[in-house]
Amino acid sequence: MANHKTQVTESRTIAVLVDNEPGVLARVIGLFSGRGYNIESLTVTEVDPRQRFSRITVVTSGTPQILEQIKAQLDRLVPVHRVSDLSIEGPAVERELALVKVAGTGEKRVESLRIADIFRARVVDSSHDHFIFEMTGKSEKLDVFIDLMQPLGLVDVSRTGVVAISRGPQGL
Amino acid sequence: MSAELKTGAQMLIRALRDQGVDVIFGYPGGAVLPIYDALFQQNDIQHILVRQEGGAVHAAEGYARSTGKVGVVLVTSGPGATNAVTGLTDALMDSIPIVCLTGQVPTHLIGNDAFQEADTTGITRPCTKHNYLVKDVADLPRIMHEAFYVARSGRPGPVVVDLPKDVVQAKTSHYVTPAEVKHRSYRPQTKAEDHKIAEAVEMIAKAKRPIVYAGGGVINSGPKACELLTRLVHMLGVPCTNTLMGLGAFPGSDPQFLGMLGMHGTYEANLAMYNCDVMINIGARFDDRVTGRLDEFSPRSKKIHVDIDASSINKNVMVDLPIVGDAGSVLEDLLAAWQARKLQLDQKALKDWWQKIEEWRARDCLKFEQKGQVIKPQHAIKRLYELTKDRSPFITTEVGQHQMWAAQYFKFEQPNHWMTSGGLGTMGYGMPAAMGVQRAHPDALVIDVAGEASILMNIQELSCIAQYNLPVKVFIVNNQWMGMVRQWQELLHGGRYSESYSAALPDFVKLAEAFHAVGIRCDKADELDDKIMEMIETPGPVIFDCLVTKDENCFPMIPSGAAHYEMLLGPEDKAGKPISEEGMVLV
Repeated sequence: MANHKTQVTESRTIAVLVDNEPGVLARVIGLFSGRGYNIESLTVTEVDPRQRFSRITVVTSGTPQILEQIKAQLDRLVPVHRVSDLSIEGPAVERELALVKVAGTGEKRVESLRIADIFRARVVDSSHDHFIFEMTGKSEKLDVFIDLMQPLGLVDVSRTGVVAISRGPQGL
Repeated sequence: MSAELKTGAQMLIRALRDQGVDVIFGYPGGAVLPIYDALFQQNDIQHILVRQEGGAVHAAEGYARSTGKVGVVLVTSGPGATNAVTGLTDALMDSIPIVCLTGQVPTHLIGNDAFQEADTTGITRPCTKHNYLVKDVADLPRIMHEAFYVARSGRPGPVVVDLPKDVVQAKTSHYVTPAEVKHRSYRPQTKAEDHKIAEAVEMIAKAKRPIVYAGGGVINSGPKACELLTRLVHMLGVPCTNTLMGLGAFPGSDPQFLGMLGMHGTYEANLAMYNCDVMINIGARFDDRVTGRLDEFSPRSKKIHVDIDASSINKNVMVDLPIVGDAGSVLEDLLAAWQARKLQLDQKALKDWWQKIEEWRARDCLKFEQKGQVIKPQHAIKRLYELTKDRSPFITTEVGQHQMWAAQYFKFEQPNHWMTSGGLGTMGYGMPAAMGVQRAHPDALVIDVAGEASILMNIQELSCIAQYNLPVKVFIVNNQWMGMVRQWQELLHGGRYSESYSAALPDFVKLAEAFHAVGIRCDKADELDDKIMEMIETPGPVIFDCLVTKDENCFPMIPSGAAHYEMLLGPEDKAGKPISEEGMVLV
């Protein structure tokens, strides 16, 4: 018998296909808070307007036993069609988008643009004393970029949280 | 589909009728007036007027559990809905199918803090299996049928349908029948995979010390599942224990039955669980009342867990063979697979196993001594059982010591005759539940085994009992204490009896009379049998005030945080090792 105390915590990215009906997000979030599970990030939007499907991508962490519980608990919610653990069901692509506002002039301003170029961030808004960069990538890459912007006049960050999809021809 | 225009309320009644509903339990109010008006103008569905909405849900639970049908509740918005929350949580924990219709303020007022407005779907989201807010009358018939489907399918549970007043007053010609509604996403798995069944029978065939541990899932699956369970246990010749929720799934007087297991379960059931080598869990959920200390729970056994709810598996206890499926369907498959393979258990090992069990049984862990005229609570409940058993009574309970004694001393030969609040432990459950049971079985003997503290939590329902002349018998085991609280204070808190004395109790006999019922008091052991018979033979409702020993504790008991083998069998065991710090924080 496995003892959950000795099990290590791991992070998982889980995709949940749900009916886009009122309260469905509250149901999912309430499940996590009510049962004491972690949410590291959560994104949701409608992905099939015709069939009214929304897709929730949630990054969570826990022991393997807790992670199995999370999936089983999600799966039994009435409006849930499918739960897929992208971290273990084969390779997946994970991406996050960040909008990063940096204010400054002179050398700092030039430096921020240079780093943005290295990271392939796009400038989506600018004035003489600020830039807004748009950047897509793995969350870790976004972390590094935001870190580098800190001394250069970082003002504001907005991030989407992780969205993910499995590699290969198969759908959810 | 009919072209005739009808109000949402009329469509609602039609949907209820099409779902085979013949009774609803409820309480009117502003937001549900149009529904009550529609109820008034029809005769197919009876409305039972409770005296508080909490009572309505428990009554519907009693109705549902004693019939296997969905119980239906109708309450108003705001306080009507919030009063129903405890009952909904109770039904969720014990997997009882309920459809609770709640009134709501008109859609244009939602969110405006209107009079008697509450965010009912928000409040009930965590305490229902699912809930709906109906915003368009055209959706109403479909949602009603979905609600019944969700409530009774898979692992049953409560479903709330929140009905804004303008929606039930709006007119529509759109109606769909139950057959036309197919749920978009909810399709619980009821049939287990064949290879799991094969693995299970192979595992069982290798057992030397097997045990069947069956719970409420078998009862929820239906009487056929209970028959199949009995067949399987008889065919294998193995011992069987039931959870509190599972009592009646296997015949209580069968020699292969070890009684209930868990915190106040029998010595033989708990030791058999601890020492078994293959555990066959069917429709039970390894509740903390059952397992005791987890790291010492049946440490050397291979465990098979059959459950219709995948999230119940590997939640508390890791198992070796999870099987997702309906108890009845899995039992049928297990029986067929065992017979097809012509498997046999090791009879020598089984004989040794039974010999061991008989040794534990010989401890006679439920024994007590009735001396003198002061009635012991165990004696009261045992006599109640002996004097009523030939009438196949339906027993409901409140929560506490009396509940555990009823579970220990009553033997249930068939399912759906035992209604108790297991998961949530809701004091005040028993009497309204008994009303629902009695409504479903008008000629049956229905007894609420109660405590003097619990019964006061929903005492107002005596008025409902009187209105419908429901011949419910309320048997109060009156020790003048919140007995289980007092017991824990004695065992865990140095005998500091903080607020657990039932002071200023009413005179229950006069109380009965005030509510047009018959009151009987008994305080002498010699008179107990005669007075119980008088209660049974009284045609209408009776309150029986049975005065018992004040300081009796409920044994056997596994102290919180202890393992199955650390059971206390009686007061003489009390001086054992002190309860651990870890155990103290557990409830």
